[in-house]
Amino acid sequence: MPILEVKDLKKSFGKTEILKGISFSIEKGDVLSIIGSSGSGKTTLLRCLNFLEFAENGTIAVNDKVIYNGAEKNKMSEQHIREMRLHFGLVFQSFNLFPQYSVLKNIMLAPTLLKFDTPENIEKKARELIDKVGLSDKVDYYPCQLSGGQQQRVAIARALALNPDILCFDEPTSALDPELTGEVLKVIKQLAKNDTTMIIVTHEMNFAREVSDKIIFMDDGVVLQEGTPEEFFNNASNERVAAFLKNVSEY
Amino acid sequence: MFVEVSLKLFEGMLVTCKLFALTLLFSLPLGLVICFGSMSRFNPVKWIVKIFVWIIRGTPLMLQLIVIYYGPGLIGTWASKLLTTGAAAGGFVEWLATWHVFDRFFAVMIAFVINYACYFSEIYRGGIESISRGQYEAGQVLGMTKAQIFFKVILLQVFKRIVPPMSNEIITLVKDTSLARVVMVYEIIWNAQKFVKSDGLLWPLFYTAIYYLLFCGILTLLFGYIEKKMSYFRS
Repeated sequence: MPILEVKDLKKSFGKTEILKGISFSIEKGDVLSIIGSSGSGKTTLLRCLNFLEFAENGTIAVNDKVIYNGAEKNKMSEQHIREMRLHFGLVFQSFNLFPQYSVLKNIMLAPTLLKFDTPENIEKKARELIDKVGLSDKVDYYPCQLSGGQQQRVAIARALALNPDILCFDEPTSALDPELTGEVLKVIKQLAKNDTTMIIVTHEMNFAREVSDKIIFMDDGVVLQEGTPEEFFNNASNERVAAFLKNVSEY
Repeated sequence: MFVEVSLKLFEGMLVTCKLFALTLLFSLPLGLVICFGSMSRFNPVKWIVKIFVWIIRGTPLMLQLIVIYYGPGLIGTWASKLLTTGAAAGGFVEWLATWHVFDRFFAVMIAFVINYACYFSEIYRGGIESISRGQYEAGQVLGMTKAQIFFKVILLQVFKRIVPPMSNEIITLVKDTSLARVVMVYEIIWNAQKFVKSDGLLWPLFYTAIYYLLFCGILTLLFGYIEKKMSYFRS
């Protein structure tokens, strides 16, 4: 039974169709990487999964229960949208930490406001997460005192604090220099080892190859190829995918 | 004489302070209401508010004081000329015609509150719109409500950003209160001018500057303190 099943997702902005019917599924504990050139709809797909955008067509099912149906997108209450969002976590390309709160408060804010647990347990869990992303010595720091890589690790801990079923990453290292990229990827690898279900939009091919259970190649709003990293990198069945991989490797 | 002048000016300063404080008390929240109006997604509301702000910012405050103080009386006078019959209507018109006589300070305060609320609303709007989309989205994906996002995430960042323009506007308000004398509210400059008229002394008028400088000095220190308090984060 897949933890997430997406069927025929379509999304347009005005007359431009960005997603032209995306379907895929992930098993619990798996890592799915989405690759493809800019403008192929990868980010829009993630935003639809986190309900920052609403697909006009298609369904999203978590644990075999359809939580979203594009046909009913105008009938959902605010409350329902918030509940749907809690199935997913999202780590942004630009971190988007709350600048006025310390590392600990950034992580505790949403669980506290949502009364997720007792205050003591929320703080305990937040500290554990900070430990997990290797920032125990930065608990009381403010985001402006941290490097980009450290900020992104806080953002990952913040997303994990709400126990999402599926954690999504939108090009988590694109805003980082190569040195800081490593520390963030290390944290994501660690999560993969601990069976966190993740969807990662990335341009880091080697990383995708190493960490993923499944790779999706998107182009112009459709899934061109889908498969295990071996299938994908060793014999790209699709011409467009082969050309993309060739360009990437040459570069 | 010096003591006498000092005391008289201090008396005027109290009126100035009262006008200053009451204006702030009401215009700060009213500005937020106007701000939300001008950012409304409902176009008629948005345009009515925007036109209102345009009129208030586009005309001198002194003119607004005069209109609000004398306006109702003038309308009353015209109306009483038109409406020579009808006792009930006549009573209301009469009341309107004499309205300004007992409410000078009130009229001035209304004008100040409306005027400053409009300026504040534009500062608030600039502050709110300068916060990146990503801050709202981060709150959304964490399952927070719109109100939680606004009050727990956005507000303090807006506050930090608007401190410098607000301090400018508030310091301007201190000096704008001197306009109140056009409708004979006895604030500090009015009191100083009385010495010019009665004793032929010019220096009390110059002396008022000390009061203004002290007042603005305290405000400058206060805003400096707030800015420093807010410097622990960058957004």
